[in-house]
Amino acid sequence: MKKLSMNDVPKFLSSVGAAMDLFVPVRMTGATNWGVWDKEREVDLQTLKSVKSPKDVFFPQCQTMYTVSKGEDGFSIDPMKLTDQPFCVFGIRSCDVRALTVMDQVFLADPVDTFYKARREQAILVSLACHRPAQTCFCSVFGIDAAQCDGADVAMWMIGEELFLEGQTEKGNEFLGQFSELLSDTDDTASVEEEKESIRSITKKLPYSSLSLEGWGAGKTDEKFDDPNWQQLSDACLACGTCTFVCPTCQCYDIKDYDTGHGIQRYRCWDSCMYSDFTLMAAANNRTTQMQRYRQRFMHKLVYFPTNNNGMYMCVGCGRCVDRCPQALNIVKVIKTMDKGREEEKA
Amino acid sequence: MSEDCLCKNPSYRQDVLIPQVGVIRKITQETPDVRSFIVTAPGGGRLFDQMPGQCAMICAPGIGEAMFSITSSPTETDYHEFSIKECGVLTSYLHGLKEGDQILVRGPYGNHFPVDDIYKGKDLLFIAGGIGLAPLRSVINYCLAKREDYGKIDILYGSRSKADLVKLEEIREVWEKAPDTKVWLTIDREDPEWDGHVGFVPSYLTEAGFSTDKTAIICGPPIMIKFCLQNLEQLGFSRDQVYTTLELRMKCGIGKCGRCNIGSKYVCKDGPVFRCDEIDQLPDEY
Amino acid sequence: MQELINRAKELLADGTVARVLGWKKGDFVYNPEPHIFTSAEELEKDFVYDGFCGANLSKYMIRASKMEGKTLVFLKPCDTFSFNQLIKEHQVVREQAYIIGVGCKGKLDHRKFQEMGLGDIESITGINLMDECDVAKVTTIYGDKKEVPFADVMLERCHFCKTKDHQIFDEKMLGSKETTDTEGDRFDEVRRIQAMSPEERFAYFRSELSKCIRCNACRNVCPACNCLHCVFDNTNYDTAQKANADSFEENMFHIIRAYHVAGRCTDCGECSRVCPQSIPLHLLNRKFILDMDELYGEFQAGSDTETPGPLTAFTMEDPEAGAGLERSRG
Repeated sequence: MKKLSMNDVPKFLSSVGAAMDLFVPVRMTGATNWGVWDKEREVDLQTLKSVKSPKDVFFPQCQTMYTVSKGEDGFSIDPMKLTDQPFCVFGIRSCDVRALTVMDQVFLADPVDTFYKARREQAILVSLACHRPAQTCFCSVFGIDAAQCDGADVAMWMIGEELFLEGQTEKGNEFLGQFSELLSDTDDTASVEEEKESIRSITKKLPYSSLSLEGWGAGKTDEKFDDPNWQQLSDACLACGTCTFVCPTCQCYDIKDYDTGHGIQRYRCWDSCMYSDFTLMAAANNRTTQMQRYRQRFMHKLVYFPTNNNGMYMCVGCGRCVDRCPQALNIVKVIKTMDKGREEEKA
Repeated sequence: MSEDCLCKNPSYRQDVLIPQVGVIRKITQETPDVRSFIVTAPGGGRLFDQMPGQCAMICAPGIGEAMFSITSSPTETDYHEFSIKECGVLTSYLHGLKEGDQILVRGPYGNHFPVDDIYKGKDLLFIAGGIGLAPLRSVINYCLAKREDYGKIDILYGSRSKADLVKLEEIREVWEKAPDTKVWLTIDREDPEWDGHVGFVPSYLTEAGFSTDKTAIICGPPIMIKFCLQNLEQLGFSRDQVYTTLELRMKCGIGKCGRCNIGSKYVCKDGPVFRCDEIDQLPDEY
Repeated sequence: MQELINRAKELLADGTVARVLGWKKGDFVYNPEPHIFTSAEELEKDFVYDGFCGANLSKYMIRASKMEGKTLVFLKPCDTFSFNQLIKEHQVVREQAYIIGVGCKGKLDHRKFQEMGLGDIESITGINLMDECDVAKVTTIYGDKKEVPFADVMLERCHFCKTKDHQIFDEKMLGSKETTDTEGDRFDEVRRIQAMSPEERFAYFRSELSKCIRCNACRNVCPACNCLHCVFDNTNYDTAQKANADSFEENMFHIIRAYHVAGRCTDCGECSRVCPQSIPLHLLNRKFILDMDELYGEFQAGSDTETPGPLTAFTMEDPEAGAGLERSRG
């Protein structure tokens, strides 16, 4: 295990940032989002949850796929280069790493999305354990361990004024070897074990840790689709896209053209199933009410996705929607309300 | 994908979302608002191999991109054909293109009609309305090209008027003359130019009274499909004998962008072809 | 709070109203949601009104106006400006509403608790309308206990409260408390930005607007943004519903929206409250209000239901077209 003093973090990040692209949580005017490290930017390892999740790094909010120009002998298509250099994602949380596994089911399924795949392969994930999980967190419901991220290349703990780092993969160990200059060896595994124990005991006590997903999951379409609760659950919904954009697993996108004046850039960007035009066609729209759109989002996460992916839910319990919905609607309310409905039916 | 594509940049195939260049070789005005486009690779020949019922994304850079069914049969190895009705921004633009103009094409996408297994040896009943003939035409011509593989073929096709019947010449010259094949044409309203049947497709279906040992394949406007299904059931057809296609908004074509998601299915990837009892399993949101 | 529940139950029981639009308890004290109550039991079980009920319910009355029977709606003093403005714009029907003007002692901003490390609130006292609302006593799930001056955790808008007088109501309940800061006014921040050099100002707005994802929360919550179909939501344009693709979109969406609500914006502050990225969007609207006050005389949208707004009325005293340009040249 390696150790890094918090005072040396800026220096450490400088040397990583000089060697490769480095993505870190960046604080800017009151909000923390993921961005490319730069010595001018304020790295924020304290904030538990970035507003936008680090899905931005793998599946950017906006990404040009190719450009088309028209010459004398017709169109010529110039695809964007795939990421072919290793880069580091520093300080990612367990839930956000699991969210990548969720997105993998979509983007790495045949036919593979090569833009996403290249980024997944080149990324070195350095996770940060959640010293103080929030009240709104419920990752444990999905079997995620906030204390130690098993999907990361390097697991990291912030204990007092020190970072403890442990390589978990070959890639991770190589990374620690490459930037060993500021790192010191430590055999103080007791502090780390204590930290893990503390995180796990907190996680167990969080109010949402006992959330039950019984009644949801693969094959539950008929039971849930016609539930009368959808209407009142969605009544206050503003039809904004906040929940979908802050969600680490929402992966719907739009494909659009941008006319540069010299050609067309064809890009994709995040889209939201909460938007009224999401399913609009020239002739018709198959979801005309906000209730239908609201239902689609949660049915997709809690029923349709598990049906197609061996029961895996399209939610990692990060609680961002609980935190950010302007009118305090969220997936937990949906899960609980319908669970209640079921219990009342039984009684 | 054909290996002889002459796209200048060989890396275009790095991702399925990156299209190939297609050249419009021939445009035919089928009806007042439908044109058929014959498309090949810049060096000639098809851009890819497809199966009957599969679709392709056609893109006019700067205008838009949408999914269209490939109306030419896979047995037609020199080109792809698309019959496109003018109804939105992209389709209006495509209607303005000339022979020799280029478009971008990616595909083939979606599943296909089970022509090589389930349909083999069966009597087939094709029911189409208006531009709904486009996806069925690839199946019909595929079956006619391999005529001995299938039983009796009935084709019931209707449109608003005689002028709105797509591919009328081919129907008269090829389909009606094909062995053991019967074509039933109808138009919605009386027309002095028309001496055939007049009436809506669903009622003609009941009048004709097809025997229930056939496999039915329907494509057309949603309301037509709905009534045809009712009438087929009255005739005694069960829903697992009937195939149709669904259409929802699509962007990626490969089951990732989320737009055409309905229940646990993606119409672009798991469809567009569905057996009617499979559709019954989906939430009523299409 | 119980008086509000009791009164709502009475009005439901005697048939005066068919439903009650209020706030429903959330899982945590800081996340109540707007909700339509239809029964006494539901009100008794879930109704809440305290310092975290910041949501302005007037916009929901557009939908409720089309429902059968009257809707009882609880409006805070600042929300009544929005309701009046919606009447003026023929978006809500006065007769379809039974308005209980509820008192307000300032509304809380959960993100301010988060910034203090007190976001995980297990219990909190001092935030009910019966309380003084001087100090909030917080206990977190981590066992941290702290007394926080109410003013330190209030929404920005409450520091510059227009008034604690309801502009429209059928009856009033519960008292209010002045929350306006004694120093400065709501335009101070606008003036500070106005005083910047164009480069500084551009950098300031980029540092804020570059965070915008275009979730549309600001627009969708805004009572003045009541178009059935927004001009941006056009699939034929780059502004079609989707995440922002470039800085032009990030900037223009907000600038155009500010123009569109100018003269109708009551400065209710909902845009800034709901922004997931904490962009102080209300500053754009305040800039317009300040300019209009200076050019056309002081005007407060929503203070009544008749007076035409400065941009929809003409008087001989109106400044000439070039006045704005001259001002901007300073």
